[in-house]
Amino acid sequence: MIAGRSRAKRRLAAAGLYAAVGLYVAFALFPLFWTFKISVTPQSLLYGEGITVWPSAATLDNYARVLRATDFPRYFLNSVVVSVTTAAIVTLVASAAGYSLSRFRFRGKAAVAFLLLLTQTFPLVMVIPPIYRLMGEIGLTNSLTGLIVIYTAFNVAFATFLMQSYFDGIPKDLEEAAMIDGCTRVEALRRVIVPLTLPGMGATLGFVFTAAWSELLFALMLINSENQKTFAVGLLTFIGKFAVDWGQMMAASVLALVPACLFFAFLQRYLVTGLTAGAVKG
Amino acid sequence: MASVTLRNVQKRYGALNVLSAVDLAIADGEFIVLVGPSGCGKSTLLRMIAGLEDISAGEIRIGERLVNDVAPKDRDIAMVFQSYALYPHMDVAANMGFSLALRKAARQTIAERVAGAAGRLGLEALLARLPRQLSGGQRQRVAMGRAIVRDPQVFLFDEPLSNLDAKLRVHMRAEIKALHQSLKTTAIYVTHDQIEAMTMADRIVVMHDGVVQQVGAPLDLYDRPANAFVAGFIGSPAMNFLPARVWRAGDEAAVVLADGGTLAIDAALPVRDGDLVTLGVRPEHPRIAASGALAGEVAVVEPLGLSTQLYATLAGQQVCSLAMGRVAAAPGEPIRLTAEPGDLHLFQRETGQRIG
Repeated sequence: MIAGRSRAKRRLAAAGLYAAVGLYVAFALFPLFWTFKISVTPQSLLYGEGITVWPSAATLDNYARVLRATDFPRYFLNSVVVSVTTAAIVTLVASAAGYSLSRFRFRGKAAVAFLLLLTQTFPLVMVIPPIYRLMGEIGLTNSLTGLIVIYTAFNVAFATFLMQSYFDGIPKDLEEAAMIDGCTRVEALRRVIVPLTLPGMGATLGFVFTAAWSELLFALMLINSENQKTFAVGLLTFIGKFAVDWGQMMAASVLALVPACLFFAFLQRYLVTGLTAGAVKG
Repeated sequence: MASVTLRNVQKRYGALNVLSAVDLAIADGEFIVLVGPSGCGKSTLLRMIAGLEDISAGEIRIGERLVNDVAPKDRDIAMVFQSYALYPHMDVAANMGFSLALRKAARQTIAERVAGAAGRLGLEALLARLPRQLSGGQRQRVAMGRAIVRDPQVFLFDEPLSNLDAKLRVHMRAEIKALHQSLKTTAIYVTHDQIEAMTMADRIVVMHDGVVQQVGAPLDLYDRPANAFVAGFIGSPAMNFLPARVWRAGDEAAVVLADGGTLAIDAALPVRDGDLVTLGVRPEHPRIAASGALAGEVAVVEPLGLSTQLYATLAGQQVCSLAMGRVAAAPGEPIRLTAEPGDLHLFQRETGQRIG
């Protein structure tokens, strides 16, 4: 009797847990669903049907028009170039900086770490006017290179801390064992530390890519020619003076999600934690 | 194989003196154990020999070669870490063969040497596993195997058994000792466990506060500790210490305890009447005797089967007495103890240095 009751209780608890998780997931995914739903709703039904969970007819017309009749493919390519380049540069720089912060003792280390932290405390809006002036002087407004420079600068501090914590998590003993086994410090880094830091680098890459991919403020301020726009800015072109083309805008949004999803699907195997398990006691 | 010579080796962090002037000559093939409480500098000394820490002064030679400025990889040493430090992304065979692979040894040679070491340690079946798929004891063995494959001049061990459970530790202790006897490679072994030191070492180096206290064979350290620290550190249960005053008249000499109890000491000892000393007695030496000169009260009796540990309150202090077999005594009973003059150790009260 007691066992039966406790099993019933356990089931109830499990059901409650799944209900809570389900609710959370539904809440988190609802905007995505709604975006998708509108993207496949024919223009004629968008206002005609009222609010429905799914339109009576679905179409891919919006996608076709976005891809064929707008500059969206151009924006998309620009975003890919900016995000991938930024993510690659930031990850390399942050890995090197994180490693030195984690492993070496040097003069001014605390000051460097503090300054990096300080950069994270400025509200972006405050620094936009000076940066705009600065970039104008050196001819980097209206250029993807300018965006890459700014995104790199703004992401590198946080990425450095992220990488430092990954390096901190790798026992020093491993490097020392490698150095006794016959490695120089650089070889130990390459043959032992880097393979173990790949999850960290993957996470950093993903984080910076996403940040650059969805950035709007700088892109809006610095880019004004049609062929340099990133997709985040490009999405705004669907908002006309008198009307918003919801269907196309949502279709473009869904398309913009694709690379981010692909990127994380690719990174996922590097993001699996526990790769260092077994190195030391545990 | 090679000798290791340390001359006036020092380590300072700024003004902080971590190791002061260590001189040590380790013979070719010797098994040396560095032992001491945590923070005594033993690991630092080992890491300096390995080249993982700079030395602030002095010189370290491996064989005839001065290695002060030689990188760890060129010292021809192998080290077993307390954490084992196995490369998590390499399987057991790759872990063990890593040093040879770095030296561009032929694939065939590496495979043979790894197989040889694996055979010695019973790791044949595990060669394709990753470290995370191994138990603690197996990881420890792989770490040993990695060191053996190198065939180095010197083995360095940094508390290699501290992460194992008690039973496995005793087992691996014997195995490491046997391994050393068959390989005959010079070994320097760091531990905080004096039993490991006693059971494994050819010679023990006892360290405390960055200073070498005594170097000697295990039983020499046990029988003739150079000072009260070594006397208290080596041996378990630990030596009993009692404050005492020397009494001397003609050819007779004795020590008088705080409660007036007296014990005869060797009259040849260089002590004068009235000297303040610390009396040291190993637990196996006080004998229960009705005529004993020291009167106390039984506090705790711990029967272990083979032996009995009896704690008595004597002159206001707890004294441990270890007797073989069973002892019929109950807490609260009066007890009388005595000890032979030859079994007493005297230390200067101020400096702790051994007398005689």
